[in-house]
Amino acid sequence: MRYFPHTAGDVESMLSVVGRHSLDELFSSIPPSCRLEDKLDLPDPMTEWELNDHMNALAAANTTSENGKLFIGAGSYDHFIPASVAALSGRSEFVTSYTPYQPEISQGTLQAIYEYQTLTARLLGLETANASMYDGASALAEGMLMALRLSKKRTIALSRLIHPHCQGVVRTYLAPTDCTIVELPCGTDGRTDLSPLKGRTDIAAVAVQSPNFFGVIEDLETIVGTAKGINALTVASFTEALAYGLLQPPGYFGADIACGEGQSMGIPRIFGGPALGMFASRMEYVRNMPGRLVGVTSDREGARGFVLTLSTREQHIRREKATSNICTNNSLCALIAAIYMASLGGTGLRRLAQLNRDKSEYLKSGLLSRGFRSVFTGQTFNEFVLEAPAGFSRTYRKLLERKIVAGLRMDRYYPDLKNHYLFCATERHSKADMDALLEEVNA
Amino acid sequence: MTEIAGTTGLILNEPLLWEKGKEGREGYSMPRRDVPVVPLDFGAAESSPDIPDLSEIDVVRHYTRLSQWNFGVDTGMYPLGSCTMKYNPKTNERQASLEGFAGAHPLVPEHLNQGILRLLFELQGYLCEITGMDAATLQPAAGAQGELTGMLVIHAYYAAKGERRSKIIVPDTAHGTNPASAALCGFKAAPVASSADGLLTAEAVAALMDEETAGIMVTNPNTLGFFETNLPEIAEVVHAKGGVVYCDGANMNAVMGIVKMGRIGADIMHLNLHKTFSTPHGGGGPGAGPICVKAYLAPYLPEPRIIHDHGEYRLSEDFPQSIGRIHSFMGNVGVMIKAYSYIRTMGAEYLKRASELAVLNANYLKERLKGAYHLAYDRPCMHECVFSDRYQAVRKIKALDIAKALMDFGFHPPTIYFPLVVPGALMVEPTETESKEDIDRLISAFLAIAEQAEENPEQLLESPRKTKVRRLDETQAARKPCLAG
Repeated sequence: MRYFPHTAGDVESMLSVVGRHSLDELFSSIPPSCRLEDKLDLPDPMTEWELNDHMNALAAANTTSENGKLFIGAGSYDHFIPASVAALSGRSEFVTSYTPYQPEISQGTLQAIYEYQTLTARLLGLETANASMYDGASALAEGMLMALRLSKKRTIALSRLIHPHCQGVVRTYLAPTDCTIVELPCGTDGRTDLSPLKGRTDIAAVAVQSPNFFGVIEDLETIVGTAKGINALTVASFTEALAYGLLQPPGYFGADIACGEGQSMGIPRIFGGPALGMFASRMEYVRNMPGRLVGVTSDREGARGFVLTLSTREQHIRREKATSNICTNNSLCALIAAIYMASLGGTGLRRLAQLNRDKSEYLKSGLLSRGFRSVFTGQTFNEFVLEAPAGFSRTYRKLLERKIVAGLRMDRYYPDLKNHYLFCATERHSKADMDALLEEVNA
Repeated sequence: MTEIAGTTGLILNEPLLWEKGKEGREGYSMPRRDVPVVPLDFGAAESSPDIPDLSEIDVVRHYTRLSQWNFGVDTGMYPLGSCTMKYNPKTNERQASLEGFAGAHPLVPEHLNQGILRLLFELQGYLCEITGMDAATLQPAAGAQGELTGMLVIHAYYAAKGERRSKIIVPDTAHGTNPASAALCGFKAAPVASSADGLLTAEAVAALMDEETAGIMVTNPNTLGFFETNLPEIAEVVHAKGGVVYCDGANMNAVMGIVKMGRIGADIMHLNLHKTFSTPHGGGGPGAGPICVKAYLAPYLPEPRIIHDHGEYRLSEDFPQSIGRIHSFMGNVGVMIKAYSYIRTMGAEYLKRASELAVLNANYLKERLKGAYHLAYDRPCMHECVFSDRYQAVRKIKALDIAKALMDFGFHPPTIYFPLVVPGALMVEPTETESKEDIDRLISAFLAIAEQAEENPEQLLESPRKTKVRRLDETQAARKPCLAG
């Protein structure tokens, strides 16, 4: 076995140092009644070559934009990943290290994460960001828990237009607590209807997603204003971080916490994970933030260096009183996002975001001219919901047979939206791809 | 000692990204514009985000230099106790980067993603076999989220029975994540002390276990590196009061193919795929923390679950008692692909051998160092052993100084000051992928440091000397936090 460096001679001499006669005897402290007598029932070991064949076959039995056409996003987006991003983030000094508990030999990870925190804070228009959460859903759940801690109230308002999976995770996290959730419905423009907030004084935080699950850009200015009016915090979530290459960021409008999914920033879709929970807030709340934080300091000779800091918030110090139970986060994904943002720069992020908007507008107008009907009046970024013409569901199924996924069926998540589909087009969808889809829809 | 592994080399300085950017540069090949511009008339910012523009070579040099300031398992030995920093096989990286996996979208109808669903389904089966459990979920993104999921399952189990329990027993040797995870579910941690030989006893647990207590969270092998030999009796005590035994599987690397926790009383167990199953730690994740459970707790596992029927794999949300979702999609699938590759490469035979060699390496190291360093508990260990700085502390040399000195010898330090029950702890976990020669070199380094502590302790306070930066001021960082530039 190539992963074990021990020769038979090594094993023998090491055993003699520890005074044992066999490897088995090393386990004599385990009561015999606890020991497994039979062998584990697992498939026989594979050679590297056999494993390649096996994995190639499993990989081939999936659908990607290389063997199919996917016009869906819904929290997992198809963006082009430069070779440089994959090569740099794959450097084994980054990949095979761990949480930088020993800063003097972890300065690479630490500076990279400090830079990630900075770029994330700037992208979202807030003062500070943490070193990452697991994904957009857990970032939102932790954002809600943080808002509850800050406000000391026990009710939160959750937009129905937040990604249903993220809403689900918030509900899972809050289930054992005594907190209640007020649902904010959808208005006719496809934006969150804030009317249930009227006259309430018990709301800790108002959570929305922008662009929301329908792709519609929320009116964050009004939302923050309404939340402030009832003395609630605003938690602004997102699943498409690239939108903030173009949109005014949540912090610009005065949102208190911005948290969401950063997968768009150079991270492969890989069936939904690992992805990246981005988490930013105002500096005044930093001691209530969840997760790791990297800060600047200096060494004993005065040189600039970076360390994990404010760890008295964290589980390894504060245990049950910690601001979160998170330990291992998604650091490598944060690194990828930083490399991706650095590769695009502010200028490139804006250009790419505009291109996403334009591609999706092209697809939208094409579908509208082929019998699809617009349902929401709000502006969209790179996703949008349309009501399909009668008979489309048959076309949809036939397209699936050819690995063309023409949108996401919405009735799965919103039973009242029968025959509605959520479409997505990014820079990865060429005009030719979209024209081909429109052609099929016509037929 | 023949030769010290640590030396100096040319290390280049590198400014912060925004100290080197210049507007007008680009490091990205912008896809061709083949559609007209449709400006946003609502919500658009007036200008680009404040992120520096860099060329591709700027970015490449920046991150290459940063990477060279890092120490990883591929650089050298990383005996960080409780973290299982074993070799991360390159073939696993190859498999996870296959386009058929990397490009798979989680919401495509299941019949179009049968390969990945089969892989995940099989992985669940392997993990159940290794732990002796009946059902599994792969959704939790790390060990701590696995613990939280486990606590939520326990909470839901009692809720279904119409019970509400307020406490959970947590040993004083537990990882901080244990009480923090329990607290999220409203369980107050009831601490139980380990006995003089570093083990939990059924008597100590019995004194705490009552009908108000949801159960116990026990790490086995524990964080002192010992197998909790009384687990079957402890489980009996807990079960007798209707409680649930949660096993933290962070240290499973010691007992693969040797003990099935599900057979000796555990009802739920999480595994850290990034520890036991060789997936890389990524500078702090992504990991994966699947949990395996006994059949009676399966109805509460997160949704969706993978179902295999009539030769087809599909996702089901038809579990009315489920706690719901814990992840945006199916968890850290990229990590699972690597763990799957590892298990298929190892099979039963080599997984067991991995545990045997991990335990051999730790015991060998313990025997060789125990005269020079104070051994907190002198008894046979599993995959890690815990020393303390007691002998060196008389010369004012602390665990921290020993750790920093090890860097100059070319080793990543062990975990220090944990577990909390051992003051000045040095927790060493060599793992099975280190050779006798490398362990001998680590031993020599430890011995040289112990000698220096006797003869020239002030010198040790100067370490590390060969690293990119010297000892960093953590107090300054916390006093005036600067978290973004």
